[in-house]
Amino acid sequence: MGTLRYLISRLFQGAALVLAVVVLNFALVHAAPGDPVETIAGASGGMSEELQAELRSRYGLDKPLPVQLGIYLRQVVSGDLGYSYFFNLPVSDMIADRVPATLLLVVTSVLAAFLIGTTLGVLSARRPNGLLSQSINVLSLVGFAAPVFWMGLLLIIFLASWVPIFPVSGMRGIESTGKGWGDVLDVVHHLVLPSLTLGLVYLAQYSRLSRAAMLDVLGADYIRTARAKGLSEGVVLYKHALRNAVLPVVTVLGLQFGNVMAGAIVVETVFNWPGLGRLAFESVLRRDYPTLLGVLFFSSLVVVVMNQVTDLCYRLIDPRIKTS
Amino acid sequence: MAIFRTILRKVIPFALVAALPIYSSLVFAQAPKRGGTLVVGSTQALRHLNGAVQSGLATAVPGTQIFASPLRFDDKWNAQPYLAEKWALAADGKSLTLNLRKGAVFHDGKPITSEDVAFSIMAIKANHPFTTMMGPVEKVETPDPHTAIIRMSVPHPAIILAMSPALCPILPKHIYGDGTDLKIHPRNSVDVVGSGPFRLTEFKAGQRVVLERFDKYFLAGKPYLDKIIININPDSSNLMLGLERGEIQMIPYATNSTELKRFASNPTLNLTNKGFEGIGALNWLAFNTAKKPMSDVNVRKAIAMTIDKNFISKALHGGFSQPADGPIVASSPFAVPDVIRYPLDLKKSAELLDAAGYKAGANGERFKLTIDYLPGQDEQQKNVAEYVRAQLKKVGVTVEVRASADFPAWAKRMATRDFDMSMDAVFNWGDPIIGVHRTYLSTNIRPIVWTNTQSYTNPKVDDLLNTAGGLLDPTKRKAYYATFQKIVTDELPIHFINGTPYHTVSNKKVLNVPTTIWGPVSPYDEVSFK
Repeated sequence: MGTLRYLISRLFQGAALVLAVVVLNFALVHAAPGDPVETIAGASGGMSEELQAELRSRYGLDKPLPVQLGIYLRQVVSGDLGYSYFFNLPVSDMIADRVPATLLLVVTSVLAAFLIGTTLGVLSARRPNGLLSQSINVLSLVGFAAPVFWMGLLLIIFLASWVPIFPVSGMRGIESTGKGWGDVLDVVHHLVLPSLTLGLVYLAQYSRLSRAAMLDVLGADYIRTARAKGLSEGVVLYKHALRNAVLPVVTVLGLQFGNVMAGAIVVETVFNWPGLGRLAFESVLRRDYPTLLGVLFFSSLVVVVMNQVTDLCYRLIDPRIKTS
Repeated sequence: MAIFRTILRKVIPFALVAALPIYSSLVFAQAPKRGGTLVVGSTQALRHLNGAVQSGLATAVPGTQIFASPLRFDDKWNAQPYLAEKWALAADGKSLTLNLRKGAVFHDGKPITSEDVAFSIMAIKANHPFTTMMGPVEKVETPDPHTAIIRMSVPHPAIILAMSPALCPILPKHIYGDGTDLKIHPRNSVDVVGSGPFRLTEFKAGQRVVLERFDKYFLAGKPYLDKIIININPDSSNLMLGLERGEIQMIPYATNSTELKRFASNPTLNLTNKGFEGIGALNWLAFNTAKKPMSDVNVRKAIAMTIDKNFISKALHGGFSQPADGPIVASSPFAVPDVIRYPLDLKKSAELLDAAGYKAGANGERFKLTIDYLPGQDEQQKNVAEYVRAQLKKVGVTVEVRASADFPAWAKRMATRDFDMSMDAVFNWGDPIIGVHRTYLSTNIRPIVWTNTQSYTNPKVDDLLNTAGGLLDPTKRKAYYATFQKIVTDELPIHFINGTPYHTVSNKKVLNVPTTIWGPVSPYDEVSFK
């Protein structure tokens, strides 16, 4: 029973949070100078006053802001994200079109970063002052400190321009038809550099975190007990220690999902990856309010859901955590 | 002398035309090869593909492949038959008769008739952002399926250039005339149907456009390419790498001198600055003449005298741009060399400022100004603004360079007159009526970017432009524009800096890169691979 009530209350909390995010986004988006009609006029090389007025009234931009917000909220609640001002396409279609690309990028990088990062962290915790540990440390610091876009550009210069083994940008070859196994290989080939760029940052964080947590746990009494029982080093490390040490990493992983989405904006822009992040970024430049709000709404939904999932994961990993 | 000129103008071209078949049979003994995919790189995302309601280069590049227009133009501003076999502008300049080609069909197989032409022209008049282009059109008569007569309220010679591929796409009435508002018509981006050399097979917003050869194109045997892919990537250095790696074969509208230099030294690439006469892009410094001290013409002149256009072209633009001195681009038939110029002269500039009552204060400063610039074209805009700041410092004017986060932010400043000076880039768009008048007519002082945001007012200029716009005789028309160009460069609401150094960069394997006056925004039906 407790679990059900817990879930329902979390659901309401999540919904309220998403609503607050929508309102806040709406206010922020409209605070930027200039409006979409000016962008469309710019893309057109000029436009008459009448036409601008007509466009403004069609998009409802001539109404007071609170009224516009009301209309938008009613739309969102009824599941309609509206039409893009710039492309005249349904925002939900545009998001649906971009989600797979972002998901592929984010999941690949986070999973890779989590697996490799944790492994590196554990390895370096075994001999905290060894050569391996020190090199992993240096690598993590560099990955953590280097700006994402700069990493991306460096990778492009080295691995796409000087030694052209990977494509410069995009998700598929330019002449790709998007069908068959050749297409899968093509996408994987294009995925390497962007996911490496995005993954490096998180890899650094996970390896630092898991190293610290492991060091902490390895000093605990129950590890000594386990060792005293004569368990093998592998079982001690991976079954007894890691299970406890991985908790903070999972917390961060869940919390960071929002951050990863933010990082994806940069990586998608650098690599011209056709995902949500790039759509959001370009929508800001175009003052394409419905598209931008739609993407932000969708991302906030993802973050809220991911946080709930993290909480649930907690309970699976550490049964001591209950509805407290 | 006149007879010689007549010979030059009339006889020689005929002789050349007469000789052309022999010449061409020698050169083009082999027909261009069929086949191949042309990948075009572009930094600009297009909204949709319907050029009747959306102007701008981004839509026009694919738009002119999908939609055919009544006329097209060669590289010397001469109209050529396209959907119209013959055309005639009436002696009073108030009607244009188009005789349409017979047997031409749309991509869905339906025939093209005068009804479609009439529908399209009225749709353009009602929806296209350039209202002066079809403004005087009252109606289009369709006496038979292959004749369309455009009736206008006043003589309107610009109607000929308005028949260009980028400005007058002929839409199938049976699809776009269904009553849906054309600006948001779903078929603007999905299942687009035109009659041009290529038909749309894929449009991914902000990513790519894929076009395939239309087999029933009304010009038999053309086009030569099988496919055109327009690859959109906002990062021009990514496109550059793609071109160098051979993944992209053509990039139109390249301006960056570092990139152009790199392209020029690449033996696999060709570079041309032909094909941009029609759009006529100018890079200029605009003054807010409604605001002190810019309202004083002598202050504007003093500022102009601090600017060395040759330095800008040679040093800032790597020698790729040409200085511009007037409101009409040098390549236009209406441009005249007789304009007022302002050679670099810091001493005279200081004297002018003294005389205008702006003497230097104790700290050597006369007054403070701001300069804005269009974001996203740093070499043409931001760097010139920085240079202007440094130059004005030398005559005691402190300039603050104001960045704008993005286009709408800058456009807002222009529209609300929140500026002293701003760099700007504006297109002539072929006929002065379309792209030049708008900047100088006092009746076009509007709270909108790319109108007369300089608040420049001179009744004589209004008269000159309004009269010139209705003159059919090109020589007479040019005389009016000559006076206009002299007045504007004397009163200086805008100080012209340079022509935007647009280039088309292409792989050497690509033959017949479009270099007519509309260049990359005209049909690629003669482009082929080696």
